Amino acid sequence: MKSELNPTTSGANMARRSFLRYAGASAAGIALIGSAASCKKDKIIPTSGIDIGSGDIGILNYAYALEQLEAAFYLQVVATPYSGITAMETAYLTDIRDHEVLHRDFFKAAIGGSAIGTLTTDFSSIDFSSRTSVLGAAKLLEDTGVRAYDGAGYLIKDPGYLTIAGKIVSVEARHAALISNLITPGSFVGDDQVDANGLNKSNTIAEVLGAANGFLKTKVNAVNYNYKA
Amino acid sequence: MNLLNIIEEIEKVDPEIHERLNPRRAAIKNITSFGSKVAVAAMPFAIGTMFKKAYGQTSNSVVDVLNFALTLEHLEAAFYNAGAAKSGLIPAADSAYLNLIRRDENAHVKFLQGVITSLGGTPVAPATYDVTGGNNKGNGPFPDVLTNYATFLAVAQVLEDTGVRAYKGQAPNLIGNKDILTPALSIHAVEARHASAIRKLRHDLGQAPNIKPYIVSTATLGNDTGVAAANNNYAGEENVTQGGVNLVTALKVSTAVATASFDEPLTKEQVVALVVGSFIVVN
Repeated sequence: MKSELNPTTSGANMARRSFLRYAGASAAGIALIGSAASCKKDKIIPTSGIDIGSGDIGILNYAYALEQLEAAFYLQVVATPYSGITAMETAYLTDIRDHEVLHRDFFKAAIGGSAIGTLTTDFSSIDFSSRTSVLGAAKLLEDTGVRAYDGAGYLIKDPGYLTIAGKIVSVEARHAALISNLITPGSFVGDDQVDANGLNKSNTIAEVLGAANGFLKTKVNAVNYNYKA
Repeated sequence: MNLLNIIEEIEKVDPEIHERLNPRRAAIKNITSFGSKVAVAAMPFAIGTMFKKAYGQTSNSVVDVLNFALTLEHLEAAFYNAGAAKSGLIPAADSAYLNLIRRDENAHVKFLQGVITSLGGTPVAPATYDVTGGNNKGNGPFPDVLTNYATFLAVAQVLEDTGVRAYKGQAPNLIGNKDILTPALSIHAVEARHASAIRKLRHDLGQAPNIKPYIVSTATLGNDTGVAAANNNYAGEENVTQGGVNLVTALKVSTAVATASFDEPLTKEQVVALVVGSFIVVN
């Protein structure tokens, strides 16, 4: 989980320059470090919030936040395998871990200086020794990822970024179908995710972050998209 | 259709025709998909699209994009309908699984027809299909597709992966259009779910023991299906550079991880060359 990248490779710089060109001047000031005022009754959560910002950088940071969450989850899954895990399941979950870590690292490198910080996760609701608990959480994360990209795609202004989001969302959908099939064979297009028109359901940024923040100590906000944790 | 005559005619009014067509060499290469017989059959259509590209007249209107999608959904629906109708092809144990995909493809046809109509467009009608890829001769690269279950699933996988790539390629033409892009992306995701499911089925049945639910390419070959005739359907999947970042050199991952983590798009022209004049019959 501590694998730090050097975001100042030439490729990353090139990408960042083009990101900034599109994002304009607003990119610099978006990483609002909010106070820990997310009032959960009398419990004080000693973490600060993060805001994704606006424009294409905001959407890319939104994706980066979700990929951070997924990567952290699968790193834990592979590090502490659930009891009874099969060799095939280990292989699949390791593949998915590698994909999600790469998605995370890609966004970090590509967004560069405008990227949100590293999020602290909270997986206390997951029993990593239980297949049911782990695969259930995996399904939730993958399904949410697909719904998030599908739901936010129209907000992207730059065709290049839209294509990159498209390149990632179909891989997330492949994961989602695989995890569903591991839980219940033949559930890869279950009606919890696919409607009667054969369309994958999608969610707004507010809906997705509302769910994702349940796994995050660092709350992710999107004030420009009507969401505050 | 005499292509040479056409080009000669165009030369009279446009001496730069050859130069205009030059950048389309990549498209010409794609015509070789699914064997040379098919390639020849596909020529008229492909040449037509190259002309459009060369003269900048390719229309990317929303209705055109949706009719392109509908063209592919008609094919997919026809493919699974043909499979379901062929007795003895699909084992009872897999019937429900594959019927889910058949259900979705038929639903996509209906959905797209409705959207196109609601936009004032005319939905493209179903064509004639040759599920062997033989342009109505029934002797394409997959002659036993309806008698050999392994072939049927191999073709299913190629069609699903190609469908994912086709939708992805059209997304920029729908940019910012919430009402159309969102459902298009939503179909795209469902096609990816299908692709994952078909791949897992082929693996679990031992038909393709090394296949993964995602496309794992090598540095030189995008195609991971073991179906050589489909190489062009996976051309470009070997790409490891995303948004200017070389994932292998800058982020230190293997080519397998880099390629499996990102699915690549296909242009409309590429897709047409892959399926028209082979699976979609043209006279």
